[in-house]
Amino acid sequence: MKKSVIFGALTVAGLAAGAAAAGTLDDVKARGKLNCGVTTGLVGFAAPDANGEWKGFDVAVCRAVAAAVLGDASAVEFVPTTGKTRFTALASGEIDMLARNTTWTFSRDVDLKFDFVGVNYYDGQGFMVPKDLGVSSAKDLDGATVCIQTGTTTELNLADFFRANNINYEPVPIETNAEAQQQYLAGACDVFTTDASGLAATRATFEDPAGHTLLPEIISKEPLGPLVRHGDNEWGDVVRWTLNALITAEELGVSSANVGEMASNTNNPEIARLLGTEGTLGEMLGLDADWAKRAIETQGNYGEIFAKNIGEDTPIGLARGLNAQWTDGGLLYSPPFR
Amino acid sequence: MTRNHVTLKVANNKVRDTGNSFMTTFTDPPTESFRLSMLLNDTRYRSGTMQAIAAILLALALFYLYSNLSANLKAAGLNISFDFLGSPAGYDINQTLIDYNSQSSNLQAAIVGILNTLLVASLACITATVFGVLAGVLRLSNNWLVRKLMAFYVEIFRNIPVLIWVIIIFTIMTAVLPGPREFRGDNATSSMFLDLFAFTNRGVYTPGPQFTNGFGGAIDWLLVIAVLLASLFATRAVTASANQKQADTGVRPKTLWVNLAIWFLPVIALLTILGLTWDVPELKGFNFSGGLKIGGPLIALWFALSIYTGAFIAENVRAGIQAVSKGQTEAAGALGLRPNRVMSLVVLPQALRVIIPPLISQYLNITKNSSLAIAVGYADITATLGGITLNQTGRAIECILLLMLFYLVISLVISAVMNVYNNAMKLKER
Amino acid sequence: MSDTHAQSVAFVRDTAIPPSPAPSNAAGPIKWMRDNLFATWANALLTVASLYVIFLVLSATLPWIFGGLWTTSSLAECREVLQGRSAACFSVLTDRWNQLLFGFKYPVDLYWRPTVAFVLLFVAGAPVLFFDLPRKLLIVTALYPFIAYYLIWGGTIWTPLFALAGFGVGYYVYSMLVHRSFAIGFFGGIAAAIVAWIVGSFLAGALASETPFLEAVPSRDMGGFMLNMMLGVTCVSLSLPIGIALALGRQSSMPLIKVVCVVFIEFIRGVPLITLLFVANVMLAYFFPPGSGVDLFLRVVIMITMFSSAYIAEVIRGGLAALPKGQYEAADSLGLDYPQAMRLIILPQALKISIPGIVNIAVGLFKDTTLVSVISMFDLVGMIRGPILASTDWNGVYWELLGFAALLFFVVCYGISQYSQWLERRLATDHR
Repeated sequence: MKKSVIFGALTVAGLAAGAAAAGTLDDVKARGKLNCGVTTGLVGFAAPDANGEWKGFDVAVCRAVAAAVLGDASAVEFVPTTGKTRFTALASGEIDMLARNTTWTFSRDVDLKFDFVGVNYYDGQGFMVPKDLGVSSAKDLDGATVCIQTGTTTELNLADFFRANNINYEPVPIETNAEAQQQYLAGACDVFTTDASGLAATRATFEDPAGHTLLPEIISKEPLGPLVRHGDNEWGDVVRWTLNALITAEELGVSSANVGEMASNTNNPEIARLLGTEGTLGEMLGLDADWAKRAIETQGNYGEIFAKNIGEDTPIGLARGLNAQWTDGGLLYSPPFR
Repeated sequence: MTRNHVTLKVANNKVRDTGNSFMTTFTDPPTESFRLSMLLNDTRYRSGTMQAIAAILLALALFYLYSNLSANLKAAGLNISFDFLGSPAGYDINQTLIDYNSQSSNLQAAIVGILNTLLVASLACITATVFGVLAGVLRLSNNWLVRKLMAFYVEIFRNIPVLIWVIIIFTIMTAVLPGPREFRGDNATSSMFLDLFAFTNRGVYTPGPQFTNGFGGAIDWLLVIAVLLASLFATRAVTASANQKQADTGVRPKTLWVNLAIWFLPVIALLTILGLTWDVPELKGFNFSGGLKIGGPLIALWFALSIYTGAFIAENVRAGIQAVSKGQTEAAGALGLRPNRVMSLVVLPQALRVIIPPLISQYLNITKNSSLAIAVGYADITATLGGITLNQTGRAIECILLLMLFYLVISLVISAVMNVYNNAMKLKER
Repeated sequence: MSDTHAQSVAFVRDTAIPPSPAPSNAAGPIKWMRDNLFATWANALLTVASLYVIFLVLSATLPWIFGGLWTTSSLAECREVLQGRSAACFSVLTDRWNQLLFGFKYPVDLYWRPTVAFVLLFVAGAPVLFFDLPRKLLIVTALYPFIAYYLIWGGTIWTPLFALAGFGVGYYVYSMLVHRSFAIGFFGGIAAAIVAWIVGSFLAGALASETPFLEAVPSRDMGGFMLNMMLGVTCVSLSLPIGIALALGRQSSMPLIKVVCVVFIEFIRGVPLITLLFVANVMLAYFFPPGSGVDLFLRVVIMITMFSSAYIAEVIRGGLAALPKGQYEAADSLGLDYPQAMRLIILPQALKISIPGIVNIAVGLFKDTTLVSVISMFDLVGMIRGPILASTDWNGVYWELLGFAALLFFVVCYGISQYSQWLERRLATDHR
């Protein structure tokens, strides 16, 4: 029984051997489904609801790529990965792209041989403490017990911060976010540290969110973004420019509500090029002309995605902050569609 | 028509014609010419053929795997190198037996992991044996209720996976024990036991021994261990001489007080000379400081492993004691020995021979199960080398190979110990 | 004469001793309690202490269990209803039972398929486990792997059919060649089966229809307790023949084979299963041809099968060693060659002796399948630690979920160990 699976897999591999060199874009089109690596469960970024449907900020990016490439935002296979398994899953080809609030760092880009195709959330590492601890700054945390999730940049940043400030701490390494929460709520550690967006998402699920404060210090730069493998520039371009399309759509005022109207009659040539009514941008990517239009139509522009999943009206309640458009003083700046 | 010649081949290979064939015939063994099918059918050649085929297949398989490996590595742009062991680890570890900080190398982190694994494994082996022997002996008690309770314990722990037990016990510990904050303030809900021990959900804080007049570092502890070893040999000499006197005259001199004195007096004297004081833990800031901290994850893993393996050891002990035939107990009773003497002089020595080999393989299981430390946040070797270092450096193949090498060495050592014991026991039986 | 004795004896009884009371032949609960529970002071103390411990445990857990809520839809709602009382929130089980059992991606309307496969498991396993049943049922056992694969994974029906055809071709070639010699028959059969499978996989790829009768479900979507059972059953059944081969190879007189088997067995037994699962997760993919993505389930099955075959090999080696040497000698003197001796005389006896050990290993392996949660496969424990605890509704529910998982495993493992004890009793009577 298992042998037939082996031989079936080898057959498919053999038949597709010629196509193996052709790149991820063709693989995805041939498969008809996008394999997208996400986190195992972080509310607001990627979490399955009770019906098993995935929702979240990173999920929306994956669905936008699927809509752009395959025409169907639901043709996505979400592969939950832990901090440990995410990079090997991407390197081995199990997933086509990783949208798992992963920080863009030198070693991941260079040493682990990945390509970060953009930043979809500018974040930083912060600390969360219970209010009744009476701590108002991270520098007062000498001797504290800190819960961290292993396999992330968090523990390295933590070690650097405490060393630079000459204070000590006791790390408690935890495998999953859910267990870290349990330890923190039970008082087994004083402080919970992860990216500030993750802290907000976690706090939203607590029984008493107001009893926990986020300390003001942001001790690292965490530009979170989707990533693909080295050596496949075509596919990287597709993912990069899909993300840029979402950002540009917000900048230019295109939303899921008015994208149809904008496509048919607009005066702004950049919007026309973005939505495919002018120019051959889609063809250059190897996609059809409506690629960006489908992405925006199904998922909304960046602002809509942000507001729906992690915005101020959601329990997570994150302000745009650094993630506003450059015209509003934030860091989101997409290269022009020309 | 050819004449029937019988030819004799003699020692110097000359052919002698014996003449007519009606005399006693000596026939040579038929020298068949070598046929290819004899490779498979003739038992003289078959094993050689099989091994040759097996060697060729093995070489082909290894070559195939190796070529796939190098092709895949080249395609991914990776290579196999162990240089990452020298680069700084970058992360901190909460429970270390040696000095370690975030700037120490990955190799040092791996060594910390190794020491932690050995620590939890040895602690768990000791307590598992205690639990197991207790439960095993109680399973054979006269008391029906106790028998059933122990049977319940054994069945419950043997039939539920150890990962689930580790998670349950860790969750119990974190939920039931108080946090350090509850020891603070005027209406504290918890207080230190005897003002010396603090049981919190982060760990147990006990008074820690310090030497004020000592030579510093490990030398003091080595002196203590040396004195204890000397006491051990001295008591064995005393017991041996008492045994000799009993064999000669039938009267056994009292050895209990002498042995106790030999154990305790030298060590107490040494500790007083070295100036032993106790550093009591105190609540300062977020945690207790001072004293000795036994981390929560260590306690949870230790307890879970001992109580889980204790159930298996209980079954081994019970099987061992039941393997000693009832006639032995009856004969010992007929000799007038009291029940505790029967157990210690007659039953246990025979039972131990049956108990110890599976006991040693349970110790091996404890060492291997300690790799579940990652589920509770304890920094053993699977968590440091195979977990954090693997993730941060991305060197999956090298880390996993080193990890497997470590466990293999430990298993081979423990198996060698078991073989030595088995051989020693075998020699005694005639 | 009697006078002299009468003066020299110190005491002579002249009246009869009164009769002693008859020994108690009482039976009944009081006597039983006195003998078993209160025989001595120590025993009485132990009984009182045990009763106290039992009382503590029950008084803490029974109200918690029986006061449990089954119908709320989130933990917050549970807490609202309970208003600070302590009781279980079993609604997590009613809400997520399907994810716990089948994983959270297996399509809900296809649950009947694994359920049917599970029921058929008992039918297929019955003739193997209970040897009083008619031997014709073994046909179901032989067909079961293919039926179960087809039911659970779906997809084209040609794959299991061609796999079955491969076995059939191999067996046919074996039976044609075995009269020449066992080795030719064996290897010829294997070679023919391999050729048949390669041809069959191409044909299956060509014949596969676009919309198969049973919709295909990728291995990645398997999860929950179903995954544990699948891993356990598959790996134990696959590792039996490999374990037998390893055990025979270990005691073979051919040095190369022996060395290879010894090295393999000692290496696998020396490392914990978690490191082998890490190998399956990150390393094994590098050993397959570039571009072929072998899915994680298959890689994990390979490593766990290697693991359990090494342990089974050791148990069977013990069984082979327990056989008296006379059996080997008798087989030789009957003129049986090695394969015939093994098949007809040695292995049946050795396997019978090793059966309790093999069942022990099967139970241990089934428990160890929970370790796949560490490499982020969502089996029962992985589902609990991952998606369910991370969801907003059920964040913070621990005891109910862990208790449910413990209960499921306890039921299965205890059942298997009770079967093993029954089997031992049955087999022991044969030897009288």
